[in-house]
Amino acid sequence: MADNTLMPEASQPVSAPTTKRRKSSMAKRNAIAGLLWTAPFTIGFFAFMFVPLFESAFMSFSNVTIDIENHSYVKELIGLKNYDYIWNSDPYYKRQLVESLGNMGLQIIAVLIFSYFVAFLLNQEFKGRALVRAVFFLPVILSSGILVRLDTDNSLLNGIRELIQESNNAASSITGVLEDVLASGNGRISDLMQTIFDLVNSVYDIAIASGIQIIIFLSGLQTIPVSMYEASKMEGCTGWESFWKITFPMTSSLIIVNVVYSIIDFCTRSDNAVMSQVRSTMVQKMDYGQTSAMAWMYFAIIGVIVALVTFIISKWVYYYE
Amino acid sequence: MSYWERNRLSHGYLLRKSIRKWSISIFRAVLLFGLCFLIVQPLLNKLSVSFMEERDLYDSTIISVPRHFTTGNYTKVAELIQYKTALFNTFWVSLLSSVLQIISCTMIGYGFARYKFPLKNVLFACVMLTIIVPPQTIMSSLYLHFQFFDFVDFFGIYKLITGKGITQVSLIGNGAAYFMLAATGMALRSGLYIFMLRQYFRGVPKELEEAAYVDGCGKIRTFVQIMLPDARPMLTSVFLFSLVWQWTDNFYGSLFFRKITLLTDNLQSIPEKLMDVRTNTPATTAYGQMMTATGMLMTIAPLLILYVFAQKGFVESLSQTGIKM
Repeated sequence: MADNTLMPEASQPVSAPTTKRRKSSMAKRNAIAGLLWTAPFTIGFFAFMFVPLFESAFMSFSNVTIDIENHSYVKELIGLKNYDYIWNSDPYYKRQLVESLGNMGLQIIAVLIFSYFVAFLLNQEFKGRALVRAVFFLPVILSSGILVRLDTDNSLLNGIRELIQESNNAASSITGVLEDVLASGNGRISDLMQTIFDLVNSVYDIAIASGIQIIIFLSGLQTIPVSMYEASKMEGCTGWESFWKITFPMTSSLIIVNVVYSIIDFCTRSDNAVMSQVRSTMVQKMDYGQTSAMAWMYFAIIGVIVALVTFIISKWVYYYE
Repeated sequence: MSYWERNRLSHGYLLRKSIRKWSISIFRAVLLFGLCFLIVQPLLNKLSVSFMEERDLYDSTIISVPRHFTTGNYTKVAELIQYKTALFNTFWVSLLSSVLQIISCTMIGYGFARYKFPLKNVLFACVMLTIIVPPQTIMSSLYLHFQFFDFVDFFGIYKLITGKGITQVSLIGNGAAYFMLAATGMALRSGLYIFMLRQYFRGVPKELEEAAYVDGCGKIRTFVQIMLPDARPMLTSVFLFSLVWQWTDNFYGSLFFRKITLLTDNLQSIPEKLMDVRTNTPATTAYGQMMTATGMLMTIAPLLILYVFAQKGFVESLSQTGIKM
């Protein structure tokens, strides 16, 4: 938000030439320190990731033919042809891309609001807080790695869930009637109502999808010093004011993390439409060039979206810089 | 003085305040209970199924309470997935890689947050690239890279030019490759942790460090003694994430830990392993899935126990926050 103009520089310039030299050597030392702190990443990236990433990107510009006898493949550079094909000739790619990005916006806003709200609740003091926090940590476990796949495959448990839902039908019929009344018709308001009802109906999906975001927000809320709230209370700040003046700015840097994470998680999870299309192209057509082109174009689009969103939100984020 | 007397003296303010307080906590309790139930219910279904005998599955009068209670499923699954060895291996692998990850990611995140150096933005774009590109994309070339790993020709430059390596060692199988990735901030979702910690450190006032520097504290000591203690909630959540994701991951597991039995290795193949050897008949789908559900519970349970201990990192830090404004 605002620059920290209240705090003067640690050392005021006494005489111009000496401070200038000192400052530049200070900057140099800081630059070296920065490079050293981030050295593990630099080494790791160039030693392990750079070549595989480059190869994969290179593949998207070439025609890959598999040589079965030698257990290898031959790459032949063909320029932008793969990209041209998937953009102009592939019947599904563009449509699925637009559809999946369209769904993303609403889902992410719902997840962010929900997770911020729940994190705020979990940060308050009440009885049984440890237990409730443990329960809200479950989605993090359940939405990770192999467990997701096992869960969606399990028709036995899905059957049980349906049975239980059927026996609960009496309770849910009130909301069903309400939905019929409010969301029927064609006006803009009933469309909005329909969207809201869809969101409410998918609250389980949202709760499962926002497990990580809740924990990130919660840890952000915990790092706010209590003394800040005490000071604001002494000055006569209401809860509402202290939320907008303290809690929200102090957690704003993590809002970016959550937005970016939600976008990337939504786009690259394995049941995303584009990702599954990429996978099926790889399995069915065995055309690695086209597959990599699809994947890399998708990554580029995600990258642009992430950069744009970060740029826009950064304007409202408060840093001590 | 009784409550009502105090209420009268405050012109009804006390009553209004306590009504508000109570209604908020009732609202909160109802909401949280509902959400918790929503999250826990699928797990409860699994739990009830895991105590059933096979014939209970085909009895349509049984939904969630088993009629023939048994713990036999657990012993059988434990035998099938080599539970003891797998649990021990998963435990040390996850713990070691999360510790390596947390050290490297905290350092890198701090470096990005606090220092200005040339090409910083380019390097950070590389961090974002590692988050965006899913590991499946580069799986095959990553595998080949570690199959013929070269400690002398570390960056693979020599190989790129001449086409062959100098001293090639296979690092596949025992996990050494994965720990190298973890130590350099390249492992599963490391980019996210770097991003998280960078954002956190950017939000910490600089005056804290400046005061330490003025007092003659070195850069590393400032980081360890001033910055890390305040970051404990963040570090706890990063640690928990990396532990959980490592625990349930089977992508890197099947790629780099071939020689080590992990929990996720056999979880998917439980139904196939249930095949009756004598009659050579495969198990029914429902039975296989019942056993898979049991296996999932056995995988999740240790994580929950770990969480109960680790979450103290969230709670205690509240009282210890040391930023004095």
